Amino acid sequence: MYNFDFVKPKTLAEATAAMAGEEAQALGGGQTLIPSLKARLASPTTLVSLSGIKEMVGVCKGDDGSLCIGGATPHAVVAAEAAKTYPALAKLAGGIGDPAVRNRGTVGGSLANNDPAACYPSAALASATVVTNRRRIAADDYFQGMFTTALEAGEIVTEVRFPVPEKAAYIKFEQPASRFALTGVFVAKFKDGVRVAVTGASEEGVFRWAEAEAALSKNFSAAALAGLAASADGMITDLHGTAAYRAHLVGVLTRRAVEAAA
Amino acid sequence: MPKDHGIGASIKRREDVRFLTGAGNYTDDINIRGQAYVYFLRSDVAHGKLNKVDTTAASAMPGVVRIFTGADFAGVGGLPCGWQVTDRHGQPMKEPGHPVLAQGKVRHVGDPIAAIVADTLEQARDAAEAIELDIEELPAVVDMKAAVKDGSALVHDDIGSNLCYDWGFVEENKAAVDEAIKNAAHVTTLELVNNRLVANPMEPRVCVGDYSRATDDYTLYTTSQNPHVIRLLMGAFVLGIPEHKLRVVAPDVGGGFGTKIFHYAEEAFCTFAAKACNRPVKWTASRSEAFMSDAHGRDHVTKIELALDKDNNFTAIRTETYANMGAYLSTFAPSVPTWLHGTLMAGNYRTPVIYVNVKAVFTNTVPVDAYRGAGRPEATFQIERVIDQAARELGVDPIALRRQNFIKPDQFPYQTPVAVAYDTGNYDATMDRLIEMADIAGFAKRRKASEAKGKLRGLGVNCYIEACGIAPSNLVGQLGARAGLYESATVRVNATGGIVVMTGSHSHGQGHETAFPQVIAEMLGIDESMVEVVHGDTSKAPMGMGTYGSRSLAVGGSAMVRATEKILRKAKKIAAHLMEASEGDIEVKDGRFHVAGTDKSVAWGDVTLAAYVPHNYPLEDIEPGLEETAFYDPSNFTYPAGAYACEVELDPETGKVTIERFAAADDFGNVVNPMIVEGQVHGGIAQGVGQALLEGAVYDANGQLLTGSYMDYAMPRATDVPFYQVDHSCATPCTHNPLGVKGCGEAGAIGSPPAVVNAVLDALNSGGIKVAHIDMPVSPSRVWSAIQKAKA
Amino acid sequence: MKVTMTVNGKSRSGEVEGRTLLVNFLRETLNLTGTHVGCDTSQCGACVVHVNGQAVKSCTMLAAEADGADVKTVEGMANADGSLSVIQQAFQDHHGLQCGFCTPGMVMSAAALLKENPKPTEAEVRHYLEGNICRCTGYHNIVKAVMAASGQDVSNIAAE
Repeated sequence: MYNFDFVKPKTLAEATAAMAGEEAQALGGGQTLIPSLKARLASPTTLVSLSGIKEMVGVCKGDDGSLCIGGATPHAVVAAEAAKTYPALAKLAGGIGDPAVRNRGTVGGSLANNDPAACYPSAALASATVVTNRRRIAADDYFQGMFTTALEAGEIVTEVRFPVPEKAAYIKFEQPASRFALTGVFVAKFKDGVRVAVTGASEEGVFRWAEAEAALSKNFSAAALAGLAASADGMITDLHGTAAYRAHLVGVLTRRAVEAAA
Repeated sequence: MPKDHGIGASIKRREDVRFLTGAGNYTDDINIRGQAYVYFLRSDVAHGKLNKVDTTAASAMPGVVRIFTGADFAGVGGLPCGWQVTDRHGQPMKEPGHPVLAQGKVRHVGDPIAAIVADTLEQARDAAEAIELDIEELPAVVDMKAAVKDGSALVHDDIGSNLCYDWGFVEENKAAVDEAIKNAAHVTTLELVNNRLVANPMEPRVCVGDYSRATDDYTLYTTSQNPHVIRLLMGAFVLGIPEHKLRVVAPDVGGGFGTKIFHYAEEAFCTFAAKACNRPVKWTASRSEAFMSDAHGRDHVTKIELALDKDNNFTAIRTETYANMGAYLSTFAPSVPTWLHGTLMAGNYRTPVIYVNVKAVFTNTVPVDAYRGAGRPEATFQIERVIDQAARELGVDPIALRRQNFIKPDQFPYQTPVAVAYDTGNYDATMDRLIEMADIAGFAKRRKASEAKGKLRGLGVNCYIEACGIAPSNLVGQLGARAGLYESATVRVNATGGIVVMTGSHSHGQGHETAFPQVIAEMLGIDESMVEVVHGDTSKAPMGMGTYGSRSLAVGGSAMVRATEKILRKAKKIAAHLMEASEGDIEVKDGRFHVAGTDKSVAWGDVTLAAYVPHNYPLEDIEPGLEETAFYDPSNFTYPAGAYACEVELDPETGKVTIERFAAADDFGNVVNPMIVEGQVHGGIAQGVGQALLEGAVYDANGQLLTGSYMDYAMPRATDVPFYQVDHSCATPCTHNPLGVKGCGEAGAIGSPPAVVNAVLDALNSGGIKVAHIDMPVSPSRVWSAIQKAKA
Repeated sequence: MKVTMTVNGKSRSGEVEGRTLLVNFLRETLNLTGTHVGCDTSQCGACVVHVNGQAVKSCTMLAAEADGADVKTVEGMANADGSLSVIQQAFQDHHGLQCGFCTPGMVMSAAALLKENPKPTEAEVRHYLEGNICRCTGYHNIVKAVMAASGQDVSNIAAE
């Protein structure tokens, strides 16, 4: 690792100030950032830890009924605290990495990094609003391709708001080495329609499968997916699977998610 | 009642206490006052000409002690190869140089170019970034078959070809094999890849070099399976340090699996630099570095043909294999695809003639050498895959086809057509035991249950044999080994009766500190707690060859038995003198020496005390003291064998395979500590399952390693494997070592890959499609593609 | 910068850089070498320790982040009289370790599991240990040891 200054603000205001510095980098749980620092892939001058900001940790219910998760909330906490209110999200959080990773990794860190094979972006794209220290960003505007988001320099994910769907499920098919999603599908049925968000599969990062959403919005059942196939165009081909395989998995996992949600 | 003491008892391991409390002493736990750290600047291209390595600016960086490049090693030897293979035409293999630091060219991603010694590791890394490099990239040699065609780029320009050797075995049988195949009633042919693996002991390699100006002595602490071998190779061939000025210590070592046998550049560098810098120099590999600098394993591409007569008797086997050597010859690399592979091609069967051709090829990849099983898994995989396929083609039961061709119990000792002679075995017995353990009778019902869930279920059964207890020195000498393969032990009995055994065998997980004392305790009738094992330090143990090839108990244990027999002979003389009896009348029982037929006896401690306080002692006849050394050189290999069964469930929609059941019936001969033996089999099976389903080191066409970390190289996890059923009750003891043991360390890794793949194919073929073969690792993606292809 | 934390019940301080990892602080500054480093991608789990009662990978946490925390390492797992704790003893009894390198992380993860789930099933144990890689044991005896440490009868588990 290159060296850096470490600061651990206690309030969001202090963190915002610290992030204003040249080459400042926010540190969530560090489960992705620290390995990349070890590989000298990044060289921030200041690392601003968000783990000491109490206001950014926790799970609560918002006025509109949505589930509000502080940006610095570890996956393990979400897995435990959202289990009753939003079981599909809790299950997703409880399946990220391994227990030690879940005790440190945070929702804000995951969304800020937007790894194309991460789990959280699929749940977020299926409905969420990303709240930062500056603004609110709708999920459809937030994700802008792999490792790319709408976040600007100095912007911190302080909270993520998940409207609670009527039914939802996340099915992950693991890449055998990293245990990230080789392909993962989050299906959420809301009053006004169905969202199907896919992670791990596309070269553009997390995306919504519009045809499946349309079909499922009319008829939320596995039968509605009959004959639908995701296109392999733009899907990832690597040593763990071809584009055609991933496209195939999108179909299988979507159907299984619908069955699990129903 | 199971025994609770001596040979055959599942005694709990004494070494566990330190490992469980964090008190283990691994090489990275060793820090010497004033030590500096080395960082190796490694090539990030597979093949290139080194036009410039300018360290001027980097040398002035903070904390830098000194930067070394290939030029600093111009007067130093290269890393030696310990085995010379002679090719089909009687010519020696091509043996290119293997410099400590690259000279003129880089030949694989990870090839060390410069070594930066600095006060801290981060300073060394900072300085590495300031080294100015000019590498002219050359075409990478990756594919083995393309590498040996005319016009290929050359990994080593000076040898004029990428072919290390073209080996034929048994060359004299070639015509007979060709004839048998021509006349066969049926020939089954398969083209197989034995996937390249990375051994991945959980402890990465580490070395610390130290030098004493006072005595001109060097000490190297290193993560090795055989410190004496490192001392000999590094001292005599690389650095020119006589063995009496060089001490090599391998303390607690966190797993080896073969990859810690070899002598590596980093060891020589740290030893050399300790004197050059007048500071201890430490290197700790990161896991990423391990992936590109630890010798890899396997990597064979094979075509095998099995000929059968009209009654389904095997009549001949012919194979052609391309074996990857990587960019340089690692210590024992040439022996793996030849003598550790060709000699096992008879398997458990009476195939009358066999011909094995192996072309060893240089490529711009990390060197390839022995990994758990080394050659024998490759042989077993070919034989057991081709038999299964033959059974499918002929429409016969694969177990029956095997049984029909087994070497029968009354045929031992059995001379195979591939040089080795099996001393004992009973393949029907292990197969019978396996069928019972694996509940093969209940398989049909379990398959139905899987099918009811929309899954496929498959059963794979196979046999294996291996040659262990490596090895008779005079034989391996004829085959090209540049070393003897004996083992040593010194048994030192102290005045108060406690015993220290100093062995050349090395324990890096195998539990020698517990198992070896069980043997001595049994022989002397004393408690295990009176025996301590010392290993891993060339200044303490006599010259030994170390631990690999499932040899520690068969060879090292035999040396210990021989030394203990000498102790007993002398102790009996002392006891006879003390009791004024005849030496021939002395019997040892329960830690006492008795005069047969009388009630006279003396305790073990009385005898040992007399040996060191020889007041009443036959000084005219024997010397004082009670310490004996033995070197044991085996007269044959040992031949553990067995039968394995794997049951998988396969999700045809995703291609995901899960191992539902795994059973292993092994014949290891006699067993000293069943608990440890079973643990060895468990671990071997997991590695074999890893090879079959998960693991594979993959290079792209440019020679970049795509699987350079655990993000892409899939290691077996707890969720990937079930509880295993293991059994070693069908024992036919080895006839030529004093313990009757055969070795158990590699069996699991040898026997399991074909069981898994056979099971997957059984599942696939049960689903209304025909699939003859699928390559390892059998990833979900590969399974799905195979299904699509078969349906198309 | 100076950090102070409680390690195995004792207050320990030391100078660290911003980039100093918790595992380096434990191993190098405090000479608690039981915690190991087996990879650089946060996968293998040889470095697992407890921070404020929770299992974390100490190679993927900055020492500065543990300032003021309560840290427990494998060196702090034995009983007060020095004898092996129930989990450690179960690992020895059931041969749940061979080379010992992954063992400290396994013990720490197993302890975290049993705190959360005192009677885990086989599947739960395997799932919980997904972030701890062992190359020696094939996991058989580790899973058996953890189940035994939870007080469950493991005598019928496949094969002896």
